[in-house]
Amino acid sequence: MDLIYKKEFGMDLISNLALGFQTIITPLNLLYCFVGVLIGTLIGVLPGIGPVQTIAILLPTTFALPPVSALIMLAGIYYGAQYGGSTTSILVNVPGEASSVVTCLDGYQMALQGRAGTALAIAALGSFAAGCFATSLIALLATPLSELAFQFGPAEYFSLMVFGLIGSIVFASGSVLKAIGMILLGLLLGVVGTDVTSGVQRFTFGIPELADGIGFVPLAMGLFGISEIIRSLERKEKREIIKRKIYGFWLKKKDLKEAAPAIARGTLTGSFLGILPGGGAILSSFISYMVEKKVSRNPETFGKGNIRGVASPESANNAGAQTSFIPLLTLGIPSNIIMAMMAGAMMIHGIQPGPRVISSNPDLFWGVIASMWIGNLMLVILNLPLIGIWVKLLTVPYRVLYPAILLFCCIGIYSVNNNIFDIWLTAILGFLGYLFVKLECEPAPLILGFVLGPLMEENLRRGMLISRGDPSIFFTRPLSLVFLIMALILLIVITIPTIRKKREEAFGEEK
Amino acid sequence: MYIKHPKDFKAGLLFIMFGLITAFLSQRYPVGTAAKMGPGYFPFLLGLILPILGAGICLKSLSKGKGVRRHIPLRFRPVLFILSSVVLFGLLLYPLGVILSALFLILISSIASEEFNLKIAFLNAFVLILVILVIFVYFLKFQIPILPFFFKGWI
Repeated sequence: MDLIYKKEFGMDLISNLALGFQTIITPLNLLYCFVGVLIGTLIGVLPGIGPVQTIAILLPTTFALPPVSALIMLAGIYYGAQYGGSTTSILVNVPGEASSVVTCLDGYQMALQGRAGTALAIAALGSFAAGCFATSLIALLATPLSELAFQFGPAEYFSLMVFGLIGSIVFASGSVLKAIGMILLGLLLGVVGTDVTSGVQRFTFGIPELADGIGFVPLAMGLFGISEIIRSLERKEKREIIKRKIYGFWLKKKDLKEAAPAIARGTLTGSFLGILPGGGAILSSFISYMVEKKVSRNPETFGKGNIRGVASPESANNAGAQTSFIPLLTLGIPSNIIMAMMAGAMMIHGIQPGPRVISSNPDLFWGVIASMWIGNLMLVILNLPLIGIWVKLLTVPYRVLYPAILLFCCIGIYSVNNNIFDIWLTAILGFLGYLFVKLECEPAPLILGFVLGPLMEENLRRGMLISRGDPSIFFTRPLSLVFLIMALILLIVITIPTIRKKREEAFGEEK
Repeated sequence: MYIKHPKDFKAGLLFIMFGLITAFLSQRYPVGTAAKMGPGYFPFLLGLILPILGAGICLKSLSKGKGVRRHIPLRFRPVLFILSSVVLFGLLLYPLGVILSALFLILISSIASEEFNLKIAFLNAFVLILVILVIFVYFLKFQIPILPFFFKGWI
């Protein structure tokens, strides 16, 4: 073990990436990468189904695959969805994906002005540039960060998770107190099942299926899949697709020159926000749009078809989608729901996400990273010619689409454990999720709490055991203290009135 | 005192309820000491914090002045048909197999939409069952009962 580990860190970046490309360039992995980005684009285009549901549905289908191929495909779905989401935003003025909400503002206006082709092309190009940058960033940061993680004891891990959970509040919309409540509920749901240390079955109510705990897939499907369907059915559907022919995919020099700095800013903003706990594609797109409006000399043109209003958030959401893999792959901490799903997928394949992944499964780690670059290339080539097909897809009405989503959900849930109980559990959690929506409680912090709960409890127990019951261990170990202070600062910052207002503003644009 | 934010108030009540139930139930598990935590320690801790937080949310949602009373609109049609179609799918899967239970799932869940149309629902079911059989059963080899139990002997 130690030997592999030393050898791995002795290797330089280039040979690591070479290993990655060697892994991806096999017919099988290329195929799964392609399938992943294609499905990702498809569900990205379709409003009402997002990467969370899709990954949950497809999770059981990856059982039979080697773990590398499975992760390559699932990752492809996530960043593929970022490409697809922009198409719907631009052509229909309905976000295909939550992370493409802001793209509607300027993208649809451009389409109305007959510049749909330009908008689509710049979105794809910006996403590609961002994807390339983010991939290199992951490659650069991964090794040092995982080295750092090896020095973590239980106290550091516990505090890091506290920081991560607080981060998920900052970036969830709505009341801070309610978000904390949702985290606690998530931690609580994570407790259900057999306690690892003592073997006692907790909160299982004598139901044998609960001995292994509440499944991640039923929870995610209930809170995000089913409750989202119910909620969508309460609203009236309204789609107006741009009817005229879409042309002009070749960008003019002027457009490119105008969009380039916005792409650069969006990429940087997105890459940074993706790494932060709670960050990811959605937040990145919102913030980068605000940044773009701030630095612009004529902010009044935003919302009226400014090309930068498309270029920046579209680059940012793709960058953020990719860099959010960093905390998962190096520290083992999922920073958003999708990463929690990826963690679930890794664990199904017997890989514990964390700093050991790089040393114990180097082909997996670098293969997934290299696949992101290849996947982005496929997306750019694939996306523009296929736009006609995507537009056709958008004419499928929701009333035909949602029974399909529901059916795939049910079959997916059943297939995780070949277990009927999970289907019923999903229905119950779906109702709970609907209640949360009605009470304006964001479900994302709950999911993160659920995933981190068992780890948090274990590290709390181990930390307290080491210190013989003295909680000061969390404050005296320097790194642990740093994480706790950062968490505290985050918490204070969001309760400052002016920043609070800004935060509500950023989410207020979401319809 | 008036409830200014009924959504916050009810969310607070929900947290209080969950917290109290947890605190009560976790009594059954040994709590242990801070240095050697038992299985009941962590949940009990959560069960203590949640009601306090919930109470805080409830208090914040109150206002001294006259608040506007708004109730939260619940529409029962989608909730009822979507959830019952899922529960029924679970009930029917083993006895009837995926083909028939999928048919029921699609028909019942389609009623949840206000633009329900029986012909479209049947057509949708037909296409989707085909997709399930080809992709999930044939290609991905999902282990799922296909035909009703009384057909078992035939194939």
